[in-house]
Amino acid sequence: MNQELVIEQKIIGDMIVLRPAGDIDMARSSAIRKAVTEVVRTRPAKLVIDLTAVDYMDSSGIATMIEALQSSMRNKMKFVLVGVGPKVRSAFEITKLVGMFTICDTVEEAAK
Amino acid sequence: MVIESMERNPEISIRLFSDPHLLSTIRSTVEGLAKVVGFSEKSRGLLMLAIDEALANVIRHGYDGRTDEMIWVHLWRVREPRGIRIIIEDLGRSVAPEKIKGRDLSDVKPGGLGVHIIKETMNESCWEQRPEGGMRLTLVKWLSPEELQNVTPTKPENTFP
Repeated sequence: MNQELVIEQKIIGDMIVLRPAGDIDMARSSAIRKAVTEVVRTRPAKLVIDLTAVDYMDSSGIATMIEALQSSMRNKMKFVLVGVGPKVRSAFEITKLVGMFTICDTVEEAAK
Repeated sequence: MVIESMERNPEISIRLFSDPHLLSTIRSTVEGLAKVVGFSEKSRGLLMLAIDEALANVIRHGYDGRTDEMIWVHLWRVREPRGIRIIIEDLGRSVAPEKIKGRDLSDVKPGGLGVHIIKETMNESCWEQRPEGGMRLTLVKWLSPEELQNVTPTKPENTFP
């Protein structure tokens, strides 16, 4: 996929959901980093990143997820990943980071 | 380019600019060849990740993020043991191979994961300084015994020179 990363944002109660669509790689991870920074600034109770429409993520994407987790913790926000597909999960597993994150199957589950 | 024990010319050779927007094209090519060889979907995903990390490192560290430099990617199917060989060459900053190390993963922080991913994914990964400048990275991955069982070598589409 060559197009720029499209990131949808939804507010559900006290939770903000970011839903990027496309591959998250070196060319596109800065877009999700910027979106996360903007959300953290508003300090919702929970930040959810819905990866259902992300087929591929490289280490720059994983680094962005670590940054999002750490900045959420600093701001006393909950951070949840949703819809982690097999290729993205493999990237987390090989870097031994999968246990660091709260991962849910759906946004509804993340909202609980 | 002379490669020891490389009896055949690359089956696929690509010259690309050091532009991160081109990485998805190389990922697709590697995935396509890996599928022909017989790698599982999971292995193909990891192969794509490894080559992506290798190219990202060339762009980031070899070329300091410049997008108009040259990178060469060469691909071979390997017969014995069955697998794939990838060589990536550049003309960027040359570093001593012993200085290329993955970082300690117990220290959870962003960045520095690329070399770890490459070494974990590939059966062989070898960085060399090219005499003419830049670096050469040779990557090899073999089929796992399970993947090998699913390949039928007698079928014409599963054989190659």
